[in-house]
Amino acid sequence: MSTPVLDVAGLAFAYPDGHQALFGVDLHVHAGERVALLGPNGAGKTTLVMHLNGILGADSGTGAGSVRVSGLPVAKEHLLEIRRRVGLVFQDPDDQLFMGTVRADVAFGPANLGLTGAALDRRVMEALEKVGMTAFVDRPPHHLSFGQRRRVAVATVLAMEPEILVLDEPSSNLDPASRRELADVLRSLDVTVLMVTHDLPYALELCPRAVVLSQGRVVADAPTLDVLTDEALMTRHRLELPWGFDPAAAVRHSPAG
Amino acid sequence: MGAGHGHALHFHGHSAVHRAPAHLKVLALVSFVLVVVATPNHAYPVFAGYAAVLLGIAALAHVPLTYLLPRLVVEVPFVVFALLLPFLSQGDPVQVLGVTVSQQGLVAAFGLLAKGTIGVLASLLLAATTEASALLLGLQRLRVPAQLVQIMSFMVRYLEVVTDELRRMHVARESRGFRARDPRQWPVLARTLGALFIRTYERGERVHLAMLARGYDGTIPAAALAGPTGEASHGHVGHGHQAHVASETRPHPGRAAREVGA
Repeated sequence: MSTPVLDVAGLAFAYPDGHQALFGVDLHVHAGERVALLGPNGAGKTTLVMHLNGILGADSGTGAGSVRVSGLPVAKEHLLEIRRRVGLVFQDPDDQLFMGTVRADVAFGPANLGLTGAALDRRVMEALEKVGMTAFVDRPPHHLSFGQRRRVAVATVLAMEPEILVLDEPSSNLDPASRRELADVLRSLDVTVLMVTHDLPYALELCPRAVVLSQGRVVADAPTLDVLTDEALMTRHRLELPWGFDPAAAVRHSPAG
Repeated sequence: MGAGHGHALHFHGHSAVHRAPAHLKVLALVSFVLVVVATPNHAYPVFAGYAAVLLGIAALAHVPLTYLLPRLVVEVPFVVFALLLPFLSQGDPVQVLGVTVSQQGLVAAFGLLAKGTIGVLASLLLAATTEASALLLGLQRLRVPAQLVQIMSFMVRYLEVVTDELRRMHVARESRGFRARDPRQWPVLARTLGALFIRTYERGERVHLAMLARGYDGTIPAAALAGPTGEASHGHVGHGHQAHVASETRPHPGRAAREVGA
């Protein structure tokens, strides 16, 4: 196969206070894949995600192993290019959207990459179009609904034309309609996705493949349906389906499957 | 909080005063206030003139006095101090309503009251007729240091988030039967403020991480702040690696076509 978009090899990490969060994680994600990263609280998911674009690294604790994005190692000298390639969408859109208008916020990333003028404008409008938020371009982010803010947060990262989109709990705090709208947006994107989530039905709906992280190790990496129907694995790693949800039936009845 | 449009002090309108460039309004306000402060306390007709000017501008901007006057309460602490002055300061005694007060104190109190009220009124007029974002852009045009403008823009952006958080904490307190009735309950309020400070601080850290993740390197690129007109051609100074990065971020040839169809 070609060079994976994301190539995590033997990644281990301990915080300066001695707490070890990752114990040798291996993970490959190839172009065009949509992968769900599952695991209980405290499994190290956030620590792993923070490594993908160099926010955490060997100098913020003790670590071993490597992360490569399309062949480029995550290291200080090409941090900006790494951050363009890896688009991180944080859980709370109020953390991500900090400028006065939607336009300025979406422009922030590409402008950091050196884009100006008409090219920057075009980039902003294209990104907003992909999430269906062009009508709100001149509104202040805090006047949007939560679901709209989440979609704008996705646009702020899409505007950087990332090679992989990393979403932290994309469905949290969304009402069912906003949750479905976001799923439509994510499905329509032609980009590799790694999605950290506790929302197992959402993972099944959007991601053909699931990786389970537990106590800093990858304990499963398989088609999402297989993971969700493996009861022993699920119980061992504190994963639970919502009451009454039958993954096999959901896949049978889905229009796509 | 600020309903619909703009910030809480903003009075929506389309008058000439609303449309005037923000940096001119800021300059006008600052020079006006300086002149007012430099006016001798006993020049009573001049103060009447100042007030007339402000009322004229308010009329021009269609901002009703019923909107401005209640917002003058911010100067109450100064009013209290002004009222104390005639009693506290030394000078020739005069009788006012049967009370002996200092004549110099009386004049100083008038001066403080008049200058304070005119200053606050002028600032309120600026706030009522200028959107927060326009104000920030105006300050930027006046070459106020970028860091200061950044701090102010963060304040504008997060004021509502923080007051929301404070309100939620308030509701959570009251829902468990708490009422802040007397000073014995102040420690609880102090702890609330402490918790709010920590939460806000932590949010600041998360915002910073999110900014880093999008390539932030210490300066907010001017291009991001400029409007849609492409007036940003001068933007983004102080980035040595800019040219190198731009060459790497050119849209992939195959991708541009794909995106239009998306």
